[in-house]
Amino acid sequence: MAADARKKLLEPFFWTLFSAGGVVAALLMPVHIFLFGLAFPLSWLRNPSHTNALALIEHPLVRIYLFVFCSLPLFHWAHRFRYTLYDGLQIKHLNEVITVFCYGGAIFGTALAGYLLLTIP
Amino acid sequence: MTQHGTRETTLYTPYHPRWYRARVSTYWWLRKWYYLKFVLRELSSIFVAYFVVITLLQIRSLSRGPETYARFEERMRNPLIIALNAISLLFVLFHTITWFNLAPRAMVVRLGGKRVPDTLIAGSNYVAWLAISAAVAWFILR
Repeated sequence: MAADARKKLLEPFFWTLFSAGGVVAALLMPVHIFLFGLAFPLSWLRNPSHTNALALIEHPLVRIYLFVFCSLPLFHWAHRFRYTLYDGLQIKHLNEVITVFCYGGAIFGTALAGYLLLTIP
Repeated sequence: MTQHGTRETTLYTPYHPRWYRARVSTYWWLRKWYYLKFVLRELSSIFVAYFVVITLLQIRSLSRGPETYARFEERMRNPLIIALNAISLLFVLFHTITWFNLAPRAMVVRLGGKRVPDTLIAGSNYVAWLAISAAVAWFILR
């Protein structure tokens, strides 16, 4: 009974994070992947120097931006990946393990992002 | 096993029937384009998570100094990574497009008692996307 009530409370919370992460991923991910994943490595555009990149990332607003950019999409992944395994591949007997792996991964990634962004010299 | 519908009409008997349930194949999503689209959309989340990991590695190498950052940039030039990034971009674009096209169904906006047309809501999402992408690119490239 208590577990049921907790589940009812957590489900909308995780769904909200999923939805917010979906918006962040939809709006911001394509330009990041295009620039850092293709345009800079393939020399289509000149990549920012270490000095410039560090100067950018030292700004508090950029750090908050990057924290949101890393954290929310991970919760988006956790929610979708969990249901892909559940419905798509019908791995239902491992439901609890998968849930812990997905949301645990998202929480770990969020903590790591916070740590990395706070410890920039 | 479900007891649905039997509670008030029948008492338990040892010969209680087993409900018929059709087996669903593990590959049910290959049957129709619509189903496949759904699974591809869900799989896009893996590439979203992948690029978050790349970004975290980038932040780490950036704060460790120029040599470490140069090594990160060198690794990003690996053809396998570039291929993976190209696939990721396609999947994430697929996510973006399906997400914006669903937006009018997720939020119904009324102005002056009339429902704002779906194309306008989806359209404003696309405009916001282009504006934000341009702003992000400007900050990174300037």
